[in-house]
Parts: sequence; structure tokens; C-alpha cells
Amino acid sequence: MSMERSIFVDPSRCIACGACVAACRECDTHRGKSMMNLDFIDRGSSIEALPTVCMHCSDPFAPCAQVCPVDAILSTDDGVVHSPDVSRCIGCSNCVHACPWGVPKFDPVEQLAYKCNLCYDRTSVGLGPMCATVCPSDALYYGTAAEVEAARPNRRVIDVFDFGEQELQTGNWMVVPDDFHLTTLPLVP
Amino acid sequence: MGKFHMPTPPGVADMHGAGGESAGQWETDRPDERWVPTHCSFCGVQCGMHLRVAGGRVIGVEPRMDTHNRGKLCPKGVAAYQQLHHPDRLTYPMVRDADGLRRATWDEALDRVVDGIRRIQGGHGKDAVATYGGASMSTEKTYVLGKFARIGLQTRYTDYNGRMCMVSAGSANFASFGVDRTANPISDMAEADVALVLGANVGETFPIFIRHYWNLLDRGGTLIVVDPRETALSRMARLHLPVRPGTDAALLLAMLQVVIEEDLVDHDFVAAHTNGFDEVAASVAGWSPERAAEICGVPAGDIREAALLYGRADRAMLNHARGLEHHVMGSRNAMAAINLCLATGNIGRAGAGYGTVTGQGNGQGGREHGQKCDQLPGQRFFTDPGAIEHVAEVWGVDPSEIPPAGVPIFAQLELMEAGQIRGLINLCSNPMVSWPDEARTRRILSGLDLYVVIDIFLSESALLADVVLPGSAWAESDGVVANSDALVCKYNKAVDPPGEARTDIWILCELARRLGRGRYFPTDEPREVFEELRRASAGGRADYAGITYDRIEAEGPIAWPCPTTDHPGTPRMFTDRRFYFPDGRARFNAVAYEPPAEEPDADYPYRLTTGRVVAHYLSGNQTRRLGYLTDQTAGPWLEIHPHTAATLGVADGDPMRVTSRRGSLVLTAKVVATIRADTVFIPYHWANPVAANQLTIARFDPKSWIPAFKACAVRLERSEVPASPVPAPPVTDDRGRPATSVEQDARSAQFGRTAT
Repeated sequence: MSMERSIFVDPSRCIACGACVAACRECDTHRGKSMMNLDFIDRGSSIEALPTVCMHCSDPFAPCAQVCPVDAILSTDDGVVHSPDVSRCIGCSNCVHACPWGVPKFDPVEQLAYKCNLCYDRTSVGLGPMCATVCPSDALYYGTAAEVEAARPNRRVIDVFDFGEQELQTGNWMVVPDDFHLTTLPLVP
Repeated sequence: MGKFHMPTPPGVADMHGAGGESAGQWETDRPDERWVPTHCSFCGVQCGMHLRVAGGRVIGVEPRMDTHNRGKLCPKGVAAYQQLHHPDRLTYPMVRDADGLRRATWDEALDRVVDGIRRIQGGHGKDAVATYGGASMSTEKTYVLGKFARIGLQTRYTDYNGRMCMVSAGSANFASFGVDRTANPISDMAEADVALVLGANVGETFPIFIRHYWNLLDRGGTLIVVDPRETALSRMARLHLPVRPGTDAALLLAMLQVVIEEDLVDHDFVAAHTNGFDEVAASVAGWSPERAAEICGVPAGDIREAALLYGRADRAMLNHARGLEHHVMGSRNAMAAINLCLATGNIGRAGAGYGTVTGQGNGQGGREHGQKCDQLPGQRFFTDPGAIEHVAEVWGVDPSEIPPAGVPIFAQLELMEAGQIRGLINLCSNPMVSWPDEARTRRILSGLDLYVVIDIFLSESALLADVVLPGSAWAESDGVVANSDALVCKYNKAVDPPGEARTDIWILCELARRLGRGRYFPTDEPREVFEELRRASAGGRADYAGITYDRIEAEGPIAWPCPTTDHPGTPRMFTDRRFYFPDGRARFNAVAYEPPAEEPDADYPYRLTTGRVVAHYLSGNQTRRLGYLTDQTAGPWLEIHPHTAATLGVADGDPMRVTSRRGSLVLTAKVVATIRADTVFIPYHWANPVAANQLTIARFDPKSWIPAFKACAVRLERSEVPASPVPAPPVTDDRGRPATSVEQDARSAQFGRTAT
């Protein structure tokens, strides 16, 4: 079962303002900690930037959860891959290393790992997640694929990613130019 | 070039980053939690937000979907609530003694102020005391401050910090349209074909407005951006003209010349609704794109293409902000921009018009109800005897009791240097960071007989004061603000001011009472002040008579003018093609190009331009204290092009000495190809020893008196000493004194300050 609405990441719209990073910190599940990543691609030549959210991988099922030795990371039927259960997490950092997106974060003081749970306290009651709700430019947008494709000309949405030999289906989506081909992604040698 | 990494977000190890509370301590399920609908404390977008309140404390922020920002916030908006219970808040009055500032009672502090005012005014006349207000506070506060100056202190000298923000645009708007507000709402981008944006780094300074430009592009519209740096907006543009800072007028004159030459003029509109076209057409005759290209440092072909794209559009929008306005040519640059709108008939229609993007939270409302030196409430001028009579009646004084118009704050500084103005009450501004030529600022403020600061934090400017009074933040009283679109939004009170702090209006009323003028200041209740403001503004340009607290609460923000309670407000101006002059016609104003106040030369070969970053607001007195925002941007840097860096033998991250004729700093070089090679950039939000305004020049637009922040000349060299540390913002310590009093008072003593 997949999420009815999901996050759409459109790097071409990112203005690198950091609102997502700040807002993520306000999520009641992990207040004070941001699960967002925001990177300039090459600041020396451009201000182009890339926000990275948890993609809530579905097939194969979330690598972070697969490698968890204590089954601390669980998913719900709506496709949300939850943050490690603090009563089970043993702080091994397997999830941090397994994630292909670099999303889970390890808190060295608490000796616990955290990851995005799609603001479950909000999205489970119909509110948008904090990051996409505040995003000024809709570089992060919470909605449906049909909405995004209708609103943004010359763009399409993808939810299957090629990591070398491994294909990965995700719950969240990327927005790409409509002439974008997965094969144009350079493979890591 | 290495990959830039955002800093690790604050966790439990960073107490300050978490707003002073450990994340582990954060309570999330408070049964008594309520959401107070309000707007942000920061920029002119005035995003709606809810403050989450529980147990008498603001514990967080919740996006608010029912206002113009539709839930969207920038990082400043997300972090704004952390100001309210911040440990740095001023919670008691302070007065200066022989050892510097110390804690005092309200009575002692207020008596000190009143005695000082009486002594100065007794010896040197009423006009020897001035007020200086901010535009980051509610309109009620700015209204009471202007009234307090004129009939409380009975001085002609009041002005406000929009002098560094909106005055060039305002001067041009009055000269061209007869009224000072943005003509078209930013949402008109959704109906435009072409947008021309000059000197507005929308992505960093008004991030929430960026989506309107995407609305333009998603419909197939064309964006043209004029900015010396690559910005989020310029990356969206079909045409980016990275002009030399300060040369915008040359560009605009050439664009108008092309529009005329190609006969893209809307002759019917020009003939029916404007005056002065022929004179302006004659004045641009010699301005070929090639001539402008020499001055602006961009290709002539791009200038021509920009003119053709703009001129051929059915509906074109033109926006500008401080990049165009912070120059000695500031108001004339804006007039040249408006000439282009008028010549092509791009005004007063959906998607066809003009807007100047307002910087400060209440940059619009804060300038229209009487704290500006030449205006009375309702955007009325002193040159209109009827205006003085109207306001005198509302205030309950004889018209002769209202002092004449004053002069802009930067003209007042000359009177302070001459000893004519000897006292200053500063409410809500931090000149030590924000005024140009910081050494001069320190000299002038330190030389006053009485310098009073009312603020919520101990700013660098408060450290020089004789009396510091703890005032109120935006969420500590009701009030209205007018945003960049002149939408009047309402702040709702969430909590009381902390400790002994009082509301700003209470402080002004109490000072008036102790000065024997209390009968003119009968209430510190914001709703009652607003009712008086409505009457004072009635019939003026900025007419608020039809706006009430209840209406805003029921209908949402309302754009002025709104003369009656059944009037819907005015989101878009001039739809009837009538302008605010007796003949109803807009004015073309001929503009002659003049180079920046200080041009690069052999000794100072590079041009410095200053500006802002998204994580900080104005002088940083608020945002430099919020852990998350300082994590995002900890301090300033020198932005320099790789070619220039190579010439100077400087690599990314090296310390660089930047020297102007006013001062010298050592900053870290950020070597990026996103800026012109002949120009360097420093963000200005920080204090000495890393204040960009230690370098800037105290030269002003002769009409608007805006400082020329965006262009001065500097020398650059690799520094042998490391970059100067970014100073922590001033705080009080447990002795009830500034934690840095020894150092600060030593600096004050250098200029002859002694305890009063």
C-alpha cells in the first residue's frame, strides 16, 4: 500500500534557504533535531542546491529497516518507514550506513539513531509534513503525482531509482526534466 | 571547489540551538496548548503563522494555511518564536553610572530620561531632542512614537529606520504616482507575460515570494533579472544582467531608449494618463545600449533584448528592491524604472504593473502614520495645511502646536555633530550595525547628552546608551502591520512581556505622562490606539478608516486604502488609471545618470556591495541570538570571484583584509564564480569587528537620504592575521550589567563619554 500523498522533491526549485532544515527540527517526534539534508552542489560555481528527504523506500523494503539488528525501524501499511523505536534502538548505526540517501542520523550524546517518519503525528491526521508545508518555493511539495505534473510544465515525476545494479522503488518522488533519463545518471565505478 | 555541507543540526548537545531548552525536555502533548494566529516578526512578506502557547509560554510554531503565504515560512519564520522566552531578553531597565550601565528601577530610569529631556530642552529648545523609530514593530507603536515626538516632546525631529529601506522607492512613488505603496500585488506574477526584477534577491530576502515567480514561469512567462550576483531568482531567468552595482539608471535609460526607438510605447496611455513624456523621451535620446553597456558592464545585446522582451509584452511586471535603491541615485533609479512602466502602459492592470518589495516587517505601515520626518498619519504631508488641521483635531491640540516637518535621520546626524540635537530616543533600531560608516555612528551616539534605547535585546547600540528600557516583542501586544502588498495584517498577543519589560506603547505613554503631556496619551491599549489611528488616517492617502481589528480577524488581511467599513480594500492600485495628483495623471520624471558616490581607483580598485542572507534579519539583534539561525550562517565573509582571487593570490577560506577609506576588516574569502569579477560582497548583519558598515560610505541620495550601501571602493589583500572572530551579541550578566561593560565602556570613553 502506498501513501496517498507524498513528498515531491524538485531540486531545480530549491533556493537553499534552509526552511526545511529549520522546520524539521520543530516536528514533535524528534524536536530539536533536523532530519533534513541540504547541500550546495558546487558552491564555487553556482548556488544550485539539493534538499534530501527520507524517500520512504518500498521495494526492496527500506534498507535502513532491513539492516536493523533489533527491528527498531518499522513501517506502517500506508508506506511510512518510521524512526527507530527508542526503546529498541541499540545505537549500532547500521541504518545510517545502509541508507542510500544518507538520511538517518546518529545522536552521539543519546546513542540513538533518528530518521524522518514523514511527520507521522501530522500526516496521519491530514496535515502536511513540516518540511514541505513551509518550503517557500515548492522544491518540496506534499501532494499527488497528478497535481505536480499538471502544475509544472516540462517536468515529470519518478519514484524508481537506479543505484548501480540495484533498482529502488520509493514512496516519495523526485521531479525531473521530462527529457531526463535514468541512464544519464553516472554509475559509481 | 569543495562541496558545501550544511552544519549538523542542533541536537541535545546544543542547548542554545534548541532555543535554550534541551530537545529531550521538550513537551509535545500539552493538553492546555492553544494556537494563536498571528504573523511573523521579520520581513515585509509578513507570513501568517500560529504560535503554540501552553502554560503561559510560547512553545513552538505551527504553519497557518489561511493567509497569503499558505503555510510557507523561511528559516527565520520557523525560528521567530524562540525570541520570546530567550535568555538574552532585556527584563529590567538600566541606567548608566560611573562604571557603565547597571540595573535600575522603572522610576529611576524614567526619571533619568525625563530629567535629561527637560535639561536639554530647557537649555537648547524643544527641537534639541529627537526620536528614531523602527519599522519592525506594529503600526500602533510607530503611530504613538510619531505622536509622542510631535506633541509629547514637541520636537520636529523624528524619523525612522526605513530611511535605510523604503525611502528611495517612496520618493519615486510620490514623484511618479503621488502615493507611496506598491502598485500591484506580487500575486500579479500569475497573470504577467514578462517580469523584470532589479536588485531584489528574492530567494534570500523575501523567500516566500519566490513561488509567485514560479507561477510566472510555469505559465510560460519570461523573467529578466538584474543583479551583480547569481541568485536563486537569476537562475530562473531567461536573461540575467549582472550589472556593476550603482549603474542601474544607465541600464534603464537605455531600455527606455530602445522602447521608444522600436515604437513599443503605449501612446494612448501616455497621452491620456501621464505628463512629461516628451521631456523624458528627449533625455534618453543619446542612451544607446552600447553606451549603457560600457557603464553597466553587461553586453549591449542583452540590454537591447531585455528592452524588447519587456516592451513587447502585453502584460509586464517590474519589481525592484534595495539593490536598485541603496545608492546616491536610489530614488532616481526607481523613477527611471517607473518611466519604463508608464511608457509601455504597464500599470494598473492585472499582471501589468509595478512593485517595490518592502524589506522590514512593517516597512509599509511603519512609514505611513507619522514617524517619518515629513509626514503626518495617513501619508499626509506637512505642506498641506488641511492635513495639519485634521491631525491636530484628532490629537486634541491646536494646529499651531504641531511642530513643522523635520529632516531625515542622516541629516539630523549633522545637527548632532553640530550640537543642535543633543538627545535621542531610539525605539527598535540598532544603528551601530545598520548605519553606514560605523566609526562615525559610534562617535555621534557617544557624544549625545542623552541617548535612550528601548529594545527587547541589549543591542550594540544599547551598549552606548544612558538609559535602556526593556520593551515588548511582536507577540506581546496586539497590533497591525502593513506588508509589502500594503495588506494590513494583525498581530495577536500570545504572552506578556518577560520580567519587568513593558509594552513599547506603555513606555511612551508613561514618558509623556511624566513630561506633563499625559492628557494626549490616554491609553496604551492597542485597540484604542488603532481606533484613533483610523480617524487620523481617514481621508489621507493611506486611509485605514474602513479597517478594524474585527474585520481583519474575520476577513483576513485588508489592503489600504480602505475608506469605509464596507470597502473591500485595494489590492491593486490605479485600476481606473487615476493617479494621486490633482489632474489624476502620472508623472514622467527625467533622470540624469550619475556614477556611484565612490568609484574604484588606483588605491581602492574594487567595488564593494553589501546585502543580506536568508538566516538573518537587519542588524541581527534578534536573529544573531537564535541558535539555529547562527548555525546556518555564523558570520560574514568576503565573496570574491575566482579570477580576482587568483590575481590576489587568495584561495577559498583564506583570510582577507578589506580596506576602505572608512575602515578595515579581516574576513574569510568565499571564492565563487557567482559574482562579478570587479565586485566583492559582504553580508552586513554583524557587529564590529566584522561589520560591513565599518567600510561603507556615509553618502546619501540627495532626495531620499538613503545611504549608498550598495557601492563603495575597497582595497583587497591576503591577510597575515586570521579572520576576526564574530562577536557574540551583547547580554546582561548576573550583576545586572552588560557582560562586556568593561570593553564597551572603554570604547565609549575613547570618545569622551562620561556618566550623566
